[in-house]
Amino acid sequence: MARLIRALLMLALLTPALAQAAIEVREFDDPVMRDRFESLTATLRCPKCQNQAIDDSDSPIAGDMRQRVFEQLQAGRSDKEILDFMVSRFGDYVLYNPRLEGRTLLLWGLPAALVLGGGLLVALLVRARRRASASRLSVEERARLDALLEREDDR
Amino acid sequence: MTRRLLLLLPLAGFLVLAVFLYRGLSIDPASRDSALMARPFPAFSLTTLEDPGRTLDESLLKGEVTLVNVWGEWCPTCKQEMPQLLELAERGVRLVGVDYKDTREKGREFLAEFGNPFEVNLFDPEGSLGFDLGVYGAPETFLVDAEGVIRYHHTGYITTQDVERVILPEVAKWQD
Repeated sequence: MARLIRALLMLALLTPALAQAAIEVREFDDPVMRDRFESLTATLRCPKCQNQAIDDSDSPIAGDMRQRVFEQLQAGRSDKEILDFMVSRFGDYVLYNPRLEGRTLLLWGLPAALVLGGGLLVALLVRARRRASASRLSVEERARLDALLEREDDR
Repeated sequence: MTRRLLLLLPLAGFLVLAVFLYRGLSIDPASRDSALMARPFPAFSLTTLEDPGRTLDESLLKGEVTLVNVWGEWCPTCKQEMPQLLELAERGVRLVGVDYKDTREKGREFLAEFGNPFEVNLFDPEGSLGFDLGVYGAPETFLVDAEGVIRYHHTGYITTQDVERVILPEVAKWQD
């Protein structure tokens, strides 16, 4: 019994160590480089796990992608080059912020178009209502108009 | 009259949106077109699983329509796929395997156990070719035309229905 408890305790102690093993330790001499690594891995989407960025995904492909980002940063590539590298393999899907281009025009443009369209609609309604109230005549105006029209008829 | 019609605009908008969203429900979020569609198969230089002394490159895929299947011993669905791949090979389709993130020993054991439909198997222990292909989970299958251009991408395993309905027609489409 004591042996079993000791074994369980050992296991409990070891488990966090095992979990840690999945996280790679990367040394950055340059803090700017580390920031770029962190921002790139936070904006790249894991192709396997749909709604996770590669920085906190345990899937093997996310690990591979982190490694490539790291290597390319070390090789002096720009952020854009690294993103292009990923997009050319995994498609636009890997970008959490899709780029503005022909295919994504609707995606980027629709919210603005809807706001503009709505504003236009409201403006038109307001104008139409104002014009309708302007065309309604008061009693004196009506009387004056009738008088004028009568005079016209008499002539 | 035209005013009346204007009142129907919101309804029309709703219907368009409803159709759009309904379609979205039936789309499989896990299947997407490869970014490599209509692009040349990526360059590689890998040894074969069968012979560590034999190195092959992308010219392997020129001259004939080929199915490139990415598999691994560690991948359970790859096992389910093997009968379909064997059938495709039997029906005259040229298959090239990519043994992805595997060891030679395990890869060979897999082929000994489940059969070998492949003309040759590229050995990709680091997953470098897999990465260039944008593979994010095995099995994945790429149809490469006689010019070495990727024409079709299948994610997940090929089912018996897929053989008849998708793979064979796609192969035939690019064969002339």
